[in-house]
Amino acid sequence: MDIKDIFVIIVDQLLVNTPKHYIMKKIILALLLVTAFSFTSSRLDGDKIPAATLKKLDGSKINSNTFSNNGKPIIISFWATWCKPCKKELDAIAENYPDWVKETGVKLIAISIDDARSSGKVVTDVKTKGWEYEVYIDENQDFKRAMNVNNVPHTFIVDGEGKIVWSHNSYSDGDEIKLYENIQALVKGEKLKH
Amino acid sequence: MTFCKTALKHALFLLLLFSATFFKAQQLPATGDLGSIHGNFQIDAQYYQPDSLIGAPRVPEKFLSNVFGNINYSKGNFSAGVRYEAYNNVRQGFDTRYKGQGIVNRFARYRTDLLDITIGNIYEQFGSGLMLRTYYEPGLLYDNSLDGIRVISSPIKGITLKGLAGKQRYFFTVGQGIVRGADAEVNINELFDTVLGQKKTKVILGGSFVSKFQADLDPNLALPQNVGCYGGRINIIREGFNFASEYAYKINDPSSDNKYSYKTGEALFSTISYATNGLSFLVQGKRVDNMSFRSDRNESLQALLINYLPATTRQHTYSMLALNPYATQIKGEIGGMAEMQYKFKRNTPMGGKYGMEITLNYSQANGLNQIPVGDSTSTMTYYKTSYTDVGQNYYHDFFVEINKKFSKKWKGTFVYSNQFYNRNIIQFGADEGFKNLKTQIGVVDITYKYKSTGSIRLEMQGLFAKDQDMVTNSNLVARGNWGTALLEWTPSGNWFFAVYDQYNYGNPAENLRIHYYLGTFGYNKDASRISVSYGKQSAGIFCVGGVCRTVPASNGLTLSITSSF
Repeated sequence: MDIKDIFVIIVDQLLVNTPKHYIMKKIILALLLVTAFSFTSSRLDGDKIPAATLKKLDGSKINSNTFSNNGKPIIISFWATWCKPCKKELDAIAENYPDWVKETGVKLIAISIDDARSSGKVVTDVKTKGWEYEVYIDENQDFKRAMNVNNVPHTFIVDGEGKIVWSHNSYSDGDEIKLYENIQALVKGEKLKH
Repeated sequence: MTFCKTALKHALFLLLLFSATFFKAQQLPATGDLGSIHGNFQIDAQYYQPDSLIGAPRVPEKFLSNVFGNINYSKGNFSAGVRYEAYNNVRQGFDTRYKGQGIVNRFARYRTDLLDITIGNIYEQFGSGLMLRTYYEPGLLYDNSLDGIRVISSPIKGITLKGLAGKQRYFFTVGQGIVRGADAEVNINELFDTVLGQKKTKVILGGSFVSKFQADLDPNLALPQNVGCYGGRINIIREGFNFASEYAYKINDPSSDNKYSYKTGEALFSTISYATNGLSFLVQGKRVDNMSFRSDRNESLQALLINYLPATTRQHTYSMLALNPYATQIKGEIGGMAEMQYKFKRNTPMGGKYGMEITLNYSQANGLNQIPVGDSTSTMTYYKTSYTDVGQNYYHDFFVEINKKFSKKWKGTFVYSNQFYNRNIIQFGADEGFKNLKTQIGVVDITYKYKSTGSIRLEMQGLFAKDQDMVTNSNLVARGNWGTALLEWTPSGNWFFAVYDQYNYGNPAENLRIHYYLGTFGYNKDASRISVSYGKQSAGIFCVGGVCRTVPASNGLTLSITSSF
């Protein structure tokens, strides 16, 4: 079944179960249409990374619009110390990260959205796990909002020119393989898979 | 109000303008000069079926939904955005004052290194938030954004100055109190870059002042109309060591939270940690005394909070560990946490072929003893506390977690936790005569990866309670032992299916020994996700990002859609 068919069913169901309220129907319909639009078109047309101030682990600040990797791709991964799938994803990548760097020159920037309650745990988690990523803290989630991230984990690929070309929400085992295939495709100048 | 409406009209106009630019941008070659439009939205809708046994009420509307969407525009140093929210009507378990729909957030921002100006709805945090944090968490419908102006400036490298003023979001309007604040942060190493720039020790100092104004209309009490709160912070980092501490003081601020006491407030929050490759320690301490700070002294729950008082207990994600969660008691508490993490390396006797991680954590929170001061005939009340006079135990949690990968196909997580939960204080805010809850919880979580992009996960959890009252006048108390099983199948990266059963087999009331079963499936593609679930949800407390809310029992079909573009 195609994803559009699922939408048709959902819209039908919603309208059947909804009190006959004109505005509400319109809203739901409009939002579902926009969802359908974003599902089918995956409009990531290469926008630049928006500006937001992040905290480095040494306490200093960095602006997200200065992220660069000398013309090589960047992976931006949003995570939190309390988010199990996020840590699974970063662990899975860590196993092959030295190879990824050697083969494609890719760099991973991990953005923690931990708030004051757990932001102190970011450095202990990162060091214990031995992650070799660049890690920044987005304590009041300014960057998360600027990047329109709903939930973590959420992973982006940025191309050598600093443009966002791919993104994925959620992690399940094996997603890192697809992520790396896209990095390889990007380096070779091939089309990315969605 | 007129101002609000005009501002809204302007925001809508800007939005239309941006949309026009956006469509234009689609037709022209992608030069990037026209800026970019991004957004995200989320729909959570539920069809409710009454279930008298679990206490799920009949919902007259049958179908309830929470919807929001953000649209942001950015071009160079300029950015702007709006958020639309719709509640028709708001889902069960949320504040029913979220009623209707409309644009609840709009902002415009122009930033350079020297000057960064935002007008509209602002999210800001000073230090760790003890004095000011405006924050948005859609999952909890927590939004205390400040509608006003903010200016950030870095006149020289190493110094950041912030100033803001405005009123806070209050459902579909703003609260009556005015909030003003200023913050300064100095990075000593950056400021004296030539001398200290290369030093291993990094020092960052900060100070804040926040004040609120609310007219005093009380016929009996002489209430302070301007309430000031100020404090300072320090962060010292040297290689693996990290020390951060913040102290805040607030003048007398009688409110419904403190039963209109004239006591001053204070808060201290400190963290010290050491981390090296494969090993880390962290100790955190906190003392909070009468630190509820709202822009309306008569408000309660999540409404119009200006500051944030983080809990120093471990944040859990497994459902049984989070069944009885702790939240900071703003009236007063002293608490702390110690954590050690160690990673047994690959190819060691304990680590095996793939290594093993262990986490040990202990956290505790106690009350502060309050000693009334002054004569009882006066309407102005006051009390004293001291740093040495620690009150009754509110919560403790001893927690061990082991993470181990056995082979390329098998990995597992094993958790043991021992919790103490002062039901009277945490759930009812006062002594209601319930016994404290003592629980032991175990979790086994096994993942089997049967192919490179397909896996099956089985999660088994048990909660064993003792010393509970056999009172069953509420669904929230005395529910005894629980067993939980979850089976999740992700055949490829896109689809997921899960069945879940929470069985309250030890409920003191035999007819309430119920299976709360839930089936869910979903589809992920790029930055979009749809999930559908059907089943029963037990009443309980649900926490995300350090904020908790009570979730009522429910039964029915839930649809969630999130997407960003």
